[in-house]
Amino acid sequence: MSLKIVVLAKQVPDTRNVGKDAMKADGTINRAALPAIFNPEDLNALEQALRLKDTFPGSTVTLLTMGPGRAAEIIREGLFRGADGGYVLTDRAFAGADTLATSYAIATAIRKIGEYDIILGGRQAIDGDTAQVGPQVAEKLGLPQVTYAEEIISLDEKTRKVVIRRHIDGGVETVEAPLPLVVTVNGSAAPCRPRNAKLVQKYKRALGAQEKAAITKDGAALPYAELYEQRSYLNLVEWTAADVNADLEQCGLNGSPTKVKTVQNIVFQAKESQTLTSSDADVDGLVKELLDKKIIG
Amino acid sequence: MNNVFVYCEIEGTTVAEVSQELLTKGRKLANQLNVELHAIVAGTDIKGKVEDQILPYGVDKLFVFDAPGLFPYTSVPHTDILVNLFKEQQPQIALMGATVIGRDLGPRVSSSLTSGLTADCTQLEIGDHTDAKTGTEYSNLLYQIRPAFGGNIVATIVNPDHRPQMATVRSGVMQKAIYEGACKKEVVYAEVGKYVSPEAFVVKVLDHHVEAAKHNLKGAKIVVAGGYGMGSKEGFDMLFELAKVLHGEVGASRAAVDAGFCDHDRQIGQTGVTVHPKVYIACGISGQIQHIAGMQDSDIIISINNDPDAPINKIADYVINGTVEEVVPKLIKYYKQNSK
Repeated sequence: MSLKIVVLAKQVPDTRNVGKDAMKADGTINRAALPAIFNPEDLNALEQALRLKDTFPGSTVTLLTMGPGRAAEIIREGLFRGADGGYVLTDRAFAGADTLATSYAIATAIRKIGEYDIILGGRQAIDGDTAQVGPQVAEKLGLPQVTYAEEIISLDEKTRKVVIRRHIDGGVETVEAPLPLVVTVNGSAAPCRPRNAKLVQKYKRALGAQEKAAITKDGAALPYAELYEQRSYLNLVEWTAADVNADLEQCGLNGSPTKVKTVQNIVFQAKESQTLTSSDADVDGLVKELLDKKIIG
Repeated sequence: MNNVFVYCEIEGTTVAEVSQELLTKGRKLANQLNVELHAIVAGTDIKGKVEDQILPYGVDKLFVFDAPGLFPYTSVPHTDILVNLFKEQQPQIALMGATVIGRDLGPRVSSSLTSGLTADCTQLEIGDHTDAKTGTEYSNLLYQIRPAFGGNIVATIVNPDHRPQMATVRSGVMQKAIYEGACKKEVVYAEVGKYVSPEAFVVKVLDHHVEAAKHNLKGAKIVVAGGYGMGSKEGFDMLFELAKVLHGEVGASRAAVDAGFCDHDRQIGQTGVTVHPKVYIACGISGQIQHIAGMQDSDIIISINNDPDAPINKIADYVINGTVEEVVPKLIKYYKQNSK
């Protein structure tokens, strides 16, 4: 049995390592100061996909990402690790999308891909931490979902059912679900395998159309231009809203029921604090004061 | 029509605390909007066992869905219940816990109803809104306030045109309280088959294992929290000792948890537990925004740090300039001496 596997992945700013220059004086984010990375839990999802491919030879892993042209980086990273191909969903019409409009765009792209047995994605992306897009894609495609997955334990070829271990609050759960299915993978799942040197050699020059345009925009020649004609797999596919037959009313800002009213930088109210030393007298005094005021004891 | 709904999640026949916290918040919002507070609970063999855990929090009407297969929770049947009930009842606000269940269910329901959902809100308020583009004015919207971008900014989200306005809230962010005012406390035992089709039960739970919480960090009156500055797992031992003599609980910053000094379930902050103790003793914690968000409402904050410029010192009531190795044993010693 071979499976058609789709992996949803997002390029995100690395919010875990936010330096002082990441916030502008006006409270907005200085995206340029944050490195763009492969969303961590999407890598956990990719690993689960690649394991299925290892178990069921002949299976294909197709990456799908939405973002600006440079998000083609995500497809390349996936190819380096063993994915078979991918699509960058990129269009100004998708800009400003909340999770609902995002899931609409992704669901339409998955329909365009057409064949899928299992759709895997990270539980959540670190720039929003919402965990909403996976379940919303499942609902839009009319598929069941298993979220917070830690491991795909088995897949029965006859019944076409998978057994999955998942994280729940305060414990674990093992569930059985039929294909086709949407699975979101938790960060506690196995980490993704490293890049494969041979695949890096094969795909290192792979570029999306917007990336090529960025290279040649000032009249520069595209290095190794002939390669892109000889080896079609080096041309990473970009899809616009029109390519996936998306209804523009349901895309981007138009299709987003939630609106950002205000965004503020966080400022904590400073208190007037009492400063003490680590001397016996100071610590003793503090403990007595807290006991006298019945704050402790 | 137009009421405030809270989805109550259960483990067996025990209603989750986060749901009770949301009922208390939901009651306040309902009073402000002059509408009713309604609650939903779905499970198996729960009739007569869950009502008393829900109604005292100010519920006007409770919808109970009791049928085989509704516990343990699976996505599709619970989605069908909420979607079909919401189509019938037309709520203006729907709240649920930002738990594994709430974060699985909320987005699926919002997608089905094309309504906006905001995850992990830290504040919910009622207010007005003017659309910047169209100039359309809206009154009494739900302000869904949440941190974003790793906790570096806080965003206020509104859903002007779509109902219900949906939000999830983490456990411990709101405070539960039995409602003293008058409310109807009506219970409706719904006919599950009218809301859920047999095909909805596609995912089977083969094994469901939940362990009782090992500690009560969320409800602790005294919290002793350690940061990366504790240096090691062994370094946390003295914090456990201090917590023991003070009858408190031990918490940790994300940096300390990531470094393996302390278990993940003791993490305090935006992505962990929110605490509201009488005393918060921060030991070797620098005070990243995402940590402060989970403890800033502590009554008294004591910071022990050898860096006088640690950000947490700004919000502390007492700052002890010194190393934790020196100060924590002294705290233990003088507490034992003075408390006799």
